[in-house]
Amino acid sequence: MSLEYYLILSALLFTIGVIGVLIRRNAIIIFMCIELMLNAANLAFVAISRSLGQVEGQLFVFFVMAVAAAEVAIGLAIIVSVFKHRETINVDEVNSLKG
Amino acid sequence: MNPEMILFFIFGAVSLIGAIAVISFRHPIYSALSLIVTFFAQAGLFVILGAHFVAAVQVIVYAGAIMVLFLFVIMLLNLGTLSAKGALTGKLKGVAIILGILLAAQGIYIAVNALNNTEVGSEAAQEKAAALTNNPIETYDIGELLFSKYLLPFEVTSLILLAALIGVIVLVKRENQTEN
Repeated sequence: MSLEYYLILSALLFTIGVIGVLIRRNAIIIFMCIELMLNAANLAFVAISRSLGQVEGQLFVFFVMAVAAAEVAIGLAIIVSVFKHRETINVDEVNSLKG
Repeated sequence: MNPEMILFFIFGAVSLIGAIAVISFRHPIYSALSLIVTFFAQAGLFVILGAHFVAAVQVIVYAGAIMVLFLFVIMLLNLGTLSAKGALTGKLKGVAIILGILLAAQGIYIAVNALNNTEVGSEAAQEKAAALTNNPIETYDIGELLFSKYLLPFEVTSLILLAALIGVIVLVKRENQTEN
């Protein structure tokens, strides 16, 4: 089983995440698509880690997961507070910096 | 067709279908559930790759903690009724999908070709990978490296989590509590 298959799958998952960010206007779904992209990167990390026989790839997956967890917590808190002020989370309607 | 390949295609197909479902469903709850399916399929891929600990963490942290957070917020905001017009339509959607296909083509091109001349794609690396299949990376190795060579990044990660914790509390704190 060669590395290329995993990298192609990773590229496809990343692309689906990018398309989701581009076409969806719901902030929560945009966040899910960002998680999808981070996961695609994780898959590439682990695949290359095995291919090179190095542990570092798996280590960086943990760092990515920690950053993803922090990002989700902050992002969802921002979404909740935006919703409190604006009664919407459609990113096209949330277009001014002043709350 | 060896068993690893069959499992790879099963898990790969499930994760791709789940990912497409995430961006297709109108209701955010369905998207979140599809994302959980994708995460589980990716955990399966990690098991195939011999990264058992990463797979366990994937299920516990992503499919467990992060998705519970998502579902909690979706239900807290009661978004189901608001998200009917949650997607681009017409020309803009077409442009987005064309750009996405271009990006996918680039990614596949890199995955197939660019590795040929690098260390990762070399014969030695392939042989090493074949040897590793019998001797996979253990959780022990990860822990040893994490607490020796990468101790500083590990501690910085804890600072990031602390900053996130404080940031969330500040963001969602009720404003009238400051008056008391």
